[in-house]
Amino acid sequence: MTPEYEFHQRDRDIHPPAFTPVYKTSVLRSPRIPLWSLQNSLSEITGPTFSRDELGPLDNDLILNYAKDGKPIGEQTIVHGRVLDGNGRPVPNTLVEVWQANAGGRYRHRNDTYIAPIDPNFGGCGRMLTDDSGYYFFRTVKPGAYPFRNRVNSWRPAHIHFSVFGSGFAQRLITQMYFEGDPLIPHDSIMATIPNKSAAERLVAKLDLNASLPLECLAYRFDIVLRGSRQTLFENKLHGG
Amino acid sequence: MSDLYLPETPSQTAGPYVHIGLIPNQAGFDIFANNFSGDIAGPDVAGERVVIEGRIFDASGHIAKDVLVETWQANAAGRYYHPADRQDKSLDPKFRGWARTGTDFETGIYRINTIKPGAVAGRRGRKTMAPHVSFWIASRGINVGLATRMYFGDEAAANAGDPVLNIIEQPERRQTLIAARSEQKGQTIYTFDIHLGGERETVFFDV
Repeated sequence: MTPEYEFHQRDRDIHPPAFTPVYKTSVLRSPRIPLWSLQNSLSEITGPTFSRDELGPLDNDLILNYAKDGKPIGEQTIVHGRVLDGNGRPVPNTLVEVWQANAGGRYRHRNDTYIAPIDPNFGGCGRMLTDDSGYYFFRTVKPGAYPFRNRVNSWRPAHIHFSVFGSGFAQRLITQMYFEGDPLIPHDSIMATIPNKSAAERLVAKLDLNASLPLECLAYRFDIVLRGSRQTLFENKLHGG
Repeated sequence: MSDLYLPETPSQTAGPYVHIGLIPNQAGFDIFANNFSGDIAGPDVAGERVVIEGRIFDASGHIAKDVLVETWQANAAGRYYHPADRQDKSLDPKFRGWARTGTDFETGIYRINTIKPGAVAGRRGRKTMAPHVSFWIASRGINVGLATRMYFGDEAAANAGDPVLNIIEQPERRQTLIAARSEQKGQTIYTFDIHLGGERETVFFDV
């Protein structure tokens, strides 16, 4: 009945605050009353588990998982890395989901009306489970930059959205990954919501030439860290583990 | 932050196109053979069938029609489908307890077909928590996913003793977490509206 562990308090200083006028949409969608701090119960340390048979064999291959009469246009790219927790331990068998625009910066979404064309062979989403060492990888085409309605002339740098679960629902995280060297990053209003510069830099994936496939595919490396946890050592000892 | 630990990866907004990755059917296309959904009370699941539905309002009172909604809950016996839950209660192998849906682009209504959970032991096995469903929402304009809980309006006695509701200092704010029960067309509906801001701002938790 006693939770074996609980998550470390979330360090809110490395996350964007809720209210960030530089990103205008946040203004009306940000609670003004402080969050109530809630010590972990079973409801927070547990969370959904997923199995490999729920996923299809091409779910992590965005080059092939929506291919109709050919492959999508764009720079063939591998993104890979590990999901770790704050203690440095791998997070195995956790669900990682990704979505992105196509190489022209257009999303396959009924609400996206940008002038860049839809790519008939690109869906723009994928998913995978980490292995026992927390490792994940997927293949895709590098997304394009696109404009969005924020300031008069706001553009998003190329990015891939990530959703990650972890072992407990309190670790739930959605974020975005950027590409090393993108000149739009310093101008991005979404990146600018993160006040801590070194935290923001951790969202920029590094070019990983060693993992690139010669004559075939570039690679970028993106490690993800979820909240760590504390074992309740004293209680375990007292009760004989 | 000490260098004894790795710092968490910072959150970013899920953006307006969160549906592509997480509920592609709502984005307008079909890609995966198996999709996660808000219908989690299959025929073999034990428990009372209930519908949880509602809308999500921004601070100006307008309905947010592009929000991802996820819920996590115990089974009818009050046990989570997770190895860390070692309560002496029955597991339901047909019930994972996790649902995912989005608010509708036209009506703004989200809907989850589930079962009513049982009560769960509180922190460190102390005061039992009233039956509840954990919510996590993400969308465009939400920089870090928001966590809250829904409690059941017909559980007044259990709610009055709930250790989480009772830490909320202002009693009237506890009401933002309690969903009214109604019967409509043979279904049991719990209506749970969420207010991201404004006078009726929902209680959100730092979990």
